[in-house]
Amino acid sequence: MEVKEMTCIRCPMGCRLTVTKDGDNYTVTGNTCKRGEEYGIQEMSCPMRVVTTSVRVIGGVRPVCSCKTADSVPKAAIDDVLKALAQLRPVAPITIGQVLAEDIAGTGVSLVATANNRAAN
Amino acid sequence: MKKFVDIAVIGGGPAGLAAALEAWRAQPELNILIIERDHEPGGILQQCIHNGFGLHFFGEELTGPEYAGRFIAEVKKTSIEIMTDTMVLELNNERKILAVSAENGLIEIEAKAVVLAMGCRERTRGALNIPGSRPAGVYTAGCAQRLVNMEGYMPGKKVVILGSGDIGLIMARRMTWEGAKVEVVAELMPFSSGLNRNIVQCLVDNNIPLKFNHTVVRVDGRERVEAVTIAEVDPATKRPIPGTEETYECDTLLLSVGLIPENELTNGAGVEMDRITSGAVVDETRQTSIPGVFACGNVLHVHDLVDNVSNEAKLAGLSAAQYVAGGEKKVEKYHSVNATNGVRYAVPQRISADASGKLDVYFRVGNAYRPAKLVVRCGEEVLATRRKAIMTPGEMEKITLDADKITGDITLEMEA
Ligand SMILES: Cc1cc2nc3c(=O)[nH]c(=O)nc-3n(C[C@H](O)[C@H](O)[C@H](O)COP(=O)(O)OP(=O)(O)OC[C@H]3O[C@@H](n4cnc5c(N)ncnc54)[C@H](O)[C@@H]3O)c2cc1C
Ligand code: SF4
Repeated sequence: MEVKEMTCIRCPMGCRLTVTKDGDNYTVTGNTCKRGEEYGIQEMSCPMRVVTTSVRVIGGVRPVCSCKTADSVPKAAIDDVLKALAQLRPVAPITIGQVLAEDIAGTGVSLVATANNRAAN
Repeated sequence: MKKFVDIAVIGGGPAGLAAALEAWRAQPELNILIIERDHEPGGILQQCIHNGFGLHFFGEELTGPEYAGRFIAEVKKTSIEIMTDTMVLELNNERKILAVSAENGLIEIEAKAVVLAMGCRERTRGALNIPGSRPAGVYTAGCAQRLVNMEGYMPGKKVVILGSGDIGLIMARRMTWEGAKVEVVAELMPFSSGLNRNIVQCLVDNNIPLKFNHTVVRVDGRERVEAVTIAEVDPATKRPIPGTEETYECDTLLLSVGLIPENELTNGAGVEMDRITSGAVVDETRQTSIPGVFACGNVLHVHDLVDNVSNEAKLAGLSAAQYVAGGEKKVEKYHSVNATNGVRYAVPQRISADASGKLDVYFRVGNAYRPAKLVVRCGEEVLATRRKAIMTPGEMEKITLDADKITGDITLEMEA
């Protein structure tokens, strides 16, 4: 059995949840509504996060370009995503929404640019 | 150089962009100019590369540059002119603007209406008075955000953060993801003004401790920060409690201790100001005490959600367009909007007597209320009541009133 305390972030109430995992069974207490239960189970079983960061760019007006994972990735995979994108060196010009890497760090999710970076002339 | 325009918008952040767009949509034949001191429009959003913007306005979660990008793309499809790298130096009470740029030198602009959208800036250490030496390595969180996200430069490797506002929380994660070690976040108050989501996803996710009722009492280091000492404070007096000091070796101290509207121009023009918001006093059209001068966004009051900024800016832009099209209309009488008993401030601060239709009043409470009940009264009559499970100082609240029912001064207050 595994027990975890956490703050529900689905609304500003910020209820303190206690989530218990017993085999495949989850129980959530401390929540005020159903969304808190969902959140607690998700956070206990497989917390997911969108990674928003930046990559170094070659030949751009700015040395870096901001980017994000197009969807959320498992929290446990964040380190691998960061390591993988540290190796990327996309070449300017880069436009918003451009895919910088497909299937970043084997997550099945692509990395997309969130800003424009014009080529320096 | 001399220019004549119908509407001059000062500041090309989300507020300025949305105001200009809405004015153009209302009156496409108007001559609209946005003046922005930076190389590109977008304002502070360009450096806020995390997501969470636009959930209300666009119904999806965008990063800051993506949110700004949508507005910039819209503006580019219109006849709105954007002058970048141009800094406004002065505004007078006849809507004459003095600006300067490297390309054009001094520029005089005469406008029939002006929209103030200069945003806000961060409080710095000078406003805080931290004892100790004055070495390099002390940054505001927003300055560090710009360095990391736009210049690709890491300000330090071991970091202490003072203040748990959203920018500080976001930077704690950002610096961690870029390989720095964030030792601690110290917060003077017994609560954080930041969003729960940021406390969880930026601090808890990265095992960064958050210490409430703590402040920085010393900064050591000759050329560069070498250590920062924090101590617990007495919650009542905010004075450090001797014997509770803890010293962290680090090379960087980030300050995230609040934002102040950037109102030098507004003050210079002689606009009537609100002591609490540090912004202009406005009516329901977002017109200031100078006819034809409107204000919106963070220069008016500090917003936590850019969605609210865009909505407020649309209103100011529309009002400016109507002002230019309809000519100056003298408001005969105003009713004032008073914030008392736990309500810290309300915007607009006054409502013209001939206002009609639905009207949103934005406000902030001074303390956490759970449950919370806000009552709006006009004399003895209750105009509206709003109940919520919780209201906190960190979140701006809104209440919708029926302007036709406002027959005198109104009061917003919290009740048990
Ligand atoms: C460092 C920082 C980080 C923030 N992070 C977040 C966040 O993560 N999430 C969030 O929702 N909100 C955040 N905010 C709040 C954010 O400011 C608002 O959501 C929104 O950007 C405000 O829009 P604005 O147009 O009013 O101001 P701004 O975005 O600040 O735009 C003002 C513009 O006016 C220009 N300007 C100012 N003075 C002059 C002048 N004299 N002449 C010409 N141009 C001028 C500035 O260059 C700027 O481009 C942050 C604020 C700051 C200061
Ligand atoms: S449990 Fe429900 S009420 Fe409590 S914080 Fe989560 S969403 Fe809000």
